[in-house]
Amino acid sequence: MSSKVALTGNEAVACAMRQIDPDVVAAYPITPQTDIVQYFSQYVADGRVKTEFVTVESEHSAMSATVGASAAGARAMTATSSQGLALMWEIVYIASSLRLPIVMPVVNRALSAPINIHCDHGDTMGARDSGWIQLYSENAQEVYDNTLQAVRIAEHPDVLLPVMVCQDGFITSHALENLVVEDDEFVKRWAGPYKPDRALLDLDRPMTIGALDLQDYYFEHKRSQIEAMNNAGRIVKAVGEEFGKKTGRTYGFFEAYRLDDADIAIVVLNSTAGTAKPVVDALRADGIKAGLLKPRMFRPFPAAELAAVLKGAKAIAVMDRAEGFSAMGGPIFPEIRSALYDVEKKPVVVNYVYGLGGRNIGTKDIKAVYDELAQVAKTGQYSRLVTYLGVRE
Amino acid sequence: MSKDRLPGWKDLPRGGVILEAGNAREYETGEWRSTICPKWKPEKCIHCLFCWVYCPDAAIRVENGKMIGIDYKYCKGCGICAKECPVKGKAIDMVPENEATS
Repeated sequence: MSSKVALTGNEAVACAMRQIDPDVVAAYPITPQTDIVQYFSQYVADGRVKTEFVTVESEHSAMSATVGASAAGARAMTATSSQGLALMWEIVYIASSLRLPIVMPVVNRALSAPINIHCDHGDTMGARDSGWIQLYSENAQEVYDNTLQAVRIAEHPDVLLPVMVCQDGFITSHALENLVVEDDEFVKRWAGPYKPDRALLDLDRPMTIGALDLQDYYFEHKRSQIEAMNNAGRIVKAVGEEFGKKTGRTYGFFEAYRLDDADIAIVVLNSTAGTAKPVVDALRADGIKAGLLKPRMFRPFPAAELAAVLKGAKAIAVMDRAEGFSAMGGPIFPEIRSALYDVEKKPVVVNYVYGLGGRNIGTKDIKAVYDELAQVAKTGQYSRLVTYLGVRE
Repeated sequence: MSKDRLPGWKDLPRGGVILEAGNAREYETGEWRSTICPKWKPEKCIHCLFCWVYCPDAAIRVENGKMIGIDYKYCKGCGICAKECPVKGKAIDMVPENEATS
């Protein structure tokens, strides 16, 4: 029996990890991820999981130990935020390139400098090209569900790639929300036993991992890694549908909220999508055809599917809680715009960078974006391609 | 191995792992030997096999417990064998390439 409980986003993740009961967790605490590791270490101390819990001296070691455990044949997890992810960087790429199905909850937090502990997506957006699958979560329910699904996605034989499960630091990681938690027995069956086809501890079938790979082979190995990412979308969808059949909560690549006949639409990730939904409802009540698209899967990037649901809009605002310093807006913006390049009647697509370093974003801010979009839709022209929402001049 | 015989990406093991044991033999490190290389003097050799122990590759050929020569396919010319040879006057000298193989 599933049960309705009140948990913070971090508690929800720790609960999912307890139910998955991975063989190895190697982690280092960092704000705002700390609770995840703290709660999980309590489960270890209380004997509620069989996990080998490795307390390491840094995130570089956390990811290294997780990679080692996964290569050895263990179901391995870690969790991090911001500077922790940055310190893991070298090994983050190795995890995906060695095709290790590690699951890592990431609690999104701004990167230094200046030092800041609050939410933006600069940390995981920086890792968007690291070969990890990325799932984003609006609330505690989604981060719980995504963590459960991530195990199945990562370990699927057609994928075998690591997965980041992202949620907004403090905004959802520390906020108490009602959610449905599945029972332990269900999750045990859902995750199933982990049986890797190859493992370093399989002494009867020795192998070499991480050997030198030069001009004559490296490109082919990258090509096969690309194929795994090409396959990942299909599996993310299939796992999301199977999860829906079993729990009543179906997941796809994104959530399209009142988007079908929308003239103006916002694309926004994670908790801000929750803030934007009542704004959409209020605009709809006034007869304005507003809609919302909340991407769930950012890697792989579901360009064709996104274009199919966005192409009917006249004007679209892509909202980025990260700055790419490309001098052409945040990281999601160019990808959405590029996805719409092949549609016949191109919507006008503009970018809003918002909420850096945890700067609050409320319904009034979102309403202002829709008001500007309505103008853009009317004239077919924009005055600014990139707007830094609410920044002081 | 010629370029057109190398396997395509679909035929390679996932993640660049190497599944066959002992395939370092296929990698002929002697291809990039330095300008000097070891010359074995069988008449001086006491077959202690220090050279075999110390050789960082597979350049010392041994048969029935005896040194039988140098396999230049795996010799990088590092000179460790000559340095470690305990024989007075040395059973291995480092010499220019053309003198060693003549």
